[in-house]
Amino acid sequence: MRSVHGARWTPWLYLAPALVLLGGLLVYPIYQLGLISFLEYTQAQVSGGEPTTFQGLANYQHLFSDSQFWQVLLATVLFAAACVVSTLLVGCALAVLLTRVRAVPRLALMLAALGAWATPAITGSTVWMFLFDPDFGPVNKTLGLGDFSWTYGRYSAFALVLLEVVWCSFPFVMVTVYAGIRAIPGEVLEAASLDGASQWRTWRSVMAPMLRPILVVVTIQSIIWDFKVFTQIYVMTNGGGIAGQNLVLNVYAYQKAFAGSEYSLGSAIGVVMLVILLAVTLVYLRLMRREGREL
Amino acid sequence: MTLPGIRAARGLRVRRPWRLAAEASALLIALVVAFPLYWMVLSAFKPAGEIESTEPRPWTLAPSLDSFRRVFQQQEFGRYFLNSLIVAGTVVVVSALVAFLAATAVTRFRFRFRTTLLIMFLVAQMVPVEALTIPLFFLMRDFGQLNTLGSLILPHLAFSLPFAVWMLRGFVKAVPEALEEAAYIDGASRARFLWQILFPLVFPGLVATSVFSFISTWNDFLFAKSFIISDTSQSTLPMALLVFFKPDENDWGGIMAASTVMTLPVLVFFVLVQRRLVSGLGGAVKD
Repeated sequence: MRSVHGARWTPWLYLAPALVLLGGLLVYPIYQLGLISFLEYTQAQVSGGEPTTFQGLANYQHLFSDSQFWQVLLATVLFAAACVVSTLLVGCALAVLLTRVRAVPRLALMLAALGAWATPAITGSTVWMFLFDPDFGPVNKTLGLGDFSWTYGRYSAFALVLLEVVWCSFPFVMVTVYAGIRAIPGEVLEAASLDGASQWRTWRSVMAPMLRPILVVVTIQSIIWDFKVFTQIYVMTNGGGIAGQNLVLNVYAYQKAFAGSEYSLGSAIGVVMLVILLAVTLVYLRLMRREGREL
Repeated sequence: MTLPGIRAARGLRVRRPWRLAAEASALLIALVVAFPLYWMVLSAFKPAGEIESTEPRPWTLAPSLDSFRRVFQQQEFGRYFLNSLIVAGTVVVVSALVAFLAATAVTRFRFRFRTTLLIMFLVAQMVPVEALTIPLFFLMRDFGQLNTLGSLILPHLAFSLPFAVWMLRGFVKAVPEALEEAAYIDGASRARFLWQILFPLVFPGLVATSVFSFISTWNDFLFAKSFIISDTSQSTLPMALLVFFKPDENDWGGIMAASTVMTLPVLVFFVLVQRRLVSGLGGAVKD
């Protein structure tokens, strides 16, 4: 825009602190992550007892031939997909609901949602565990489930974590989509209702297309967050569930590296995650470009 | 009465039962969403016998501070709380300043690699921080930062930056160019414009952005668990909470009280900035 006063290096001067921080603590660790995934790196190398040796793709071969890895990958994808879909459905439905009610119920729902949003993942996890506790929890008592343990079975444990994840992540979707709906000119919605469009029809044919950019943003954000769920799984299923039945990639990598001291395998899992999320990002950039939005 | 007036009146009458139903469900959902938090605070105040009761009741007639006492009397609880505050506070302030400068650079200047940089900021948000725990662990070890608050501050600083820059762009862009021209014509230096004119104008945006860096830092569990391995005087709040988890007999009263203490500062922060947050988000996503 302006370069009249602009010495050419001024923007770089402004960018310098950010670039230094990101270079040292983001770019360099990513490089290291890749590097470690090609090395033999266990407790012996960490303590300096044995020299590190280059392994080529051996770690990846080991990983890809391990059936547990594929099982965890599948679980991660399905779990993330379930979380994303539920979060978006709940968030969008409640955003629409917010536009239909007067100030008091709106404020109540907004505040409750902000509360859920603000709750740290770790305390959210402990509270939901307590709510569903087989002995002292109110949920089992109310539903008459007796001493049914939610964390014992694989699917019920995933379901419990899913509920917590949706609870703490729908508010972002709701608030953002609500802000987007409010920005739609009133005349457009009025015209739709004058034409006799039903609520569903108005949402599908008028609001959803206008909200597309916002919906893309919240969808991609949700995919990224839910694919990386760590704390909830770690705390609620006590490190990945009985015999690792509730592991997701993130927790799996952590357990391999820090519990099993297999740092190179953990890094290889990290690289796999990085590649998957990068692919999601590329799709995102594609979509944004198609919308013709300038960065 | 004009035609639109009649229509509006009729529309209102037809919609009324629907609106009441919508309002009733909104209130009901609000209750459901708030229930876990209510239960947390309630359980924190319940006396021991009522928490570990097989007949949980949604109220208590004998509120007690015993659970809180157990939390605060932990050896170094105050230390943990202070450490969490120091880490989150440093990250919020420093990342706001650094992100403000970077956002100014990418919105108010045209230069080579600008678009590339913006895409990099976007891509950086997608990086699974958790996967980087392994290389960061070795990085911190090599720089002797393990078991120090620095090992928590530095990574969070880096990871909160991309999103902060991305969000601040909208706020910086919203300040009219003409204002900048006018400032220079009046003889203001670049630095003066930056800190005395642009900074105060962008401040509401900085607050909205801070919420995110504050929360992600305050909530951190993974780094605190991985980088503070032996020196508990450098631990943060999540550790004070995990103490109450025992292999067979969880101390639920202690867990709920510690959770309450940990959630409260974030809640207060959130409620204080919620208006700016909503408008800030709208701006960040729309622009």
